[in-house]
Amino acid sequence: MIAYRAGAPIRAAQFFADVDRVAHALGGARHVLNTCVDRYHFAVGFAATLCRGKVNLLPPAQTPEAVRQIVSLAPDVVCLTDEPEQELPLPRVLYPPDEAPGETAAATVPEIDAARHAADVFTSGSTGTPLAHRKSWGGLTGGVREMARQLGLSAQTPCVIVATVPPQHMFGLESSVLLALCNGHALCAERPFFPADIAAVLGSVPRPRLLITTPVHLRALLAAEVALPPIDLIVSSTAPLAPQLALEAEQRFDTRVLEIYGSTETGAIACRRPTHTLEWRSWPGIALSQQGEATSVQGGHIEQPTRLPDLLEITASGRFLLHGRLTDLVNIAGKRSSLAYLNHQLNSIPGVEDGAFFQVDESRLAHTGVARLAACVVAPQLDAPRLLEALRRRIDAVFLPRPLLFVAQLPRNATGKLPAEALRALATARG
Amino acid sequence: MSDKVAPLRQPASPASTDALTIEVATLIVEALNLELTPAEIDPHQPLYGEGLGLDSIDILEIALVVSKRYGVQLRADGEDNQRIFGSLHRLVEYIIEHRTK
Repeated sequence: MIAYRAGAPIRAAQFFADVDRVAHALGGARHVLNTCVDRYHFAVGFAATLCRGKVNLLPPAQTPEAVRQIVSLAPDVVCLTDEPEQELPLPRVLYPPDEAPGETAAATVPEIDAARHAADVFTSGSTGTPLAHRKSWGGLTGGVREMARQLGLSAQTPCVIVATVPPQHMFGLESSVLLALCNGHALCAERPFFPADIAAVLGSVPRPRLLITTPVHLRALLAAEVALPPIDLIVSSTAPLAPQLALEAEQRFDTRVLEIYGSTETGAIACRRPTHTLEWRSWPGIALSQQGEATSVQGGHIEQPTRLPDLLEITASGRFLLHGRLTDLVNIAGKRSSLAYLNHQLNSIPGVEDGAFFQVDESRLAHTGVARLAACVVAPQLDAPRLLEALRRRIDAVFLPRPLLFVAQLPRNATGKLPAEALRALATARG
Repeated sequence: MSDKVAPLRQPASPASTDALTIEVATLIVEALNLELTPAEIDPHQPLYGEGLGLDSIDILEIALVVSKRYGVQLRADGEDNQRIFGSLHRLVEYIIEHRTK
């Protein structure tokens, strides 16, 4: 079994037949932006793209502005979508209608060269231009094989993966799609959102069940008074999981909670069980090296030495503690961006004379996994609804500023810099 | 239909709908820490995207407070989610129809 939809199994032969159909529908373009909402459709599209020797593009967001930037980097890109009403400004290939199961003969499993350029995963970059991170098929599968080993998953006892995260970013791709395709597990086509949805999807599939989620969803699941069917393992990523939240989840759902650390550039590279230790253990074969505050990783599935965006304290060989962000990266509910990118977008809006995003409340982040951004802006000709509307076309809605403060001027110091403290003081004064 | 179930299913009077609208608006403003008063939420304006400008994390938060207060478990696939969160008015209608407390 390679997947489930509405509790009904989808066999591998069906999957390969679907990959073949979608591969033919993709046409001549070399780059594919896969926005399929149904996780099975996404997986078929990803594999079809790969089998046709094309490259999967995973942008940091699907806003019109982010898509425009992707088009400028890969002008021949087409969008594979399963939503007929989707309106991104680029040529569209509609996912073909699903075929009734059971009609397919055994299909041949395509062989993909490990060196094949499988995907470009983008970070938002710091100057307003997205940065592509090239992933080879061997690099992706090597990382996911190690992830399976570290999570204690074996192909001998295949599990069913239910995920609340989308497959269109690195963690979602690895944990909810590639873990199934490459390691003998099965994915669920659904992406449940509300606690009652998560319970229903879990209940529709056999054990062992693996729930891939984020601190935001885990917190909602605990707060909701919904009875969950047994979960054999919960894996959280995308933001730090408070140990008390992990403990509560382990006790309530009578399971283990593991947490994964990684980045868009490297994929998953370490894990820990937050109820046992704060220390992360990196995948075997990955070497951590430090220069000043920066930590670089190389070896294992990592294709080239990469500097991590976080401040790490190496405690022993292959073990480390995380001490927050080193850069201006922001991560809200699994959506990634950087303050520099958001500032660039804000200041590109006609009528904005000056403007800056900033983080307001870090303690809330640690507590709930969600901390919103605030912004100060000098834009005498604009009002809040118009400015927010312009921002919404450029950045993902989770980054929209709360609050958005209109000021006469920004609290720049003598060198033109904006001390975070001065910005926060402004926000507090208004609050 | 038994008498025990019937009271929950009867259409609410306009007065109680108005009262519930303010109550739910207050829940939303408090849960999301919005910079407006409950009365400032237009009951017919979309909650998502344009309009009130909420996103999926907010909707999850609203679903939590609504389930705690009214015993209504929201489902993305069961009911038409876009419709329920189409406006405060529709959310209130949904709560009236499905509340268990």
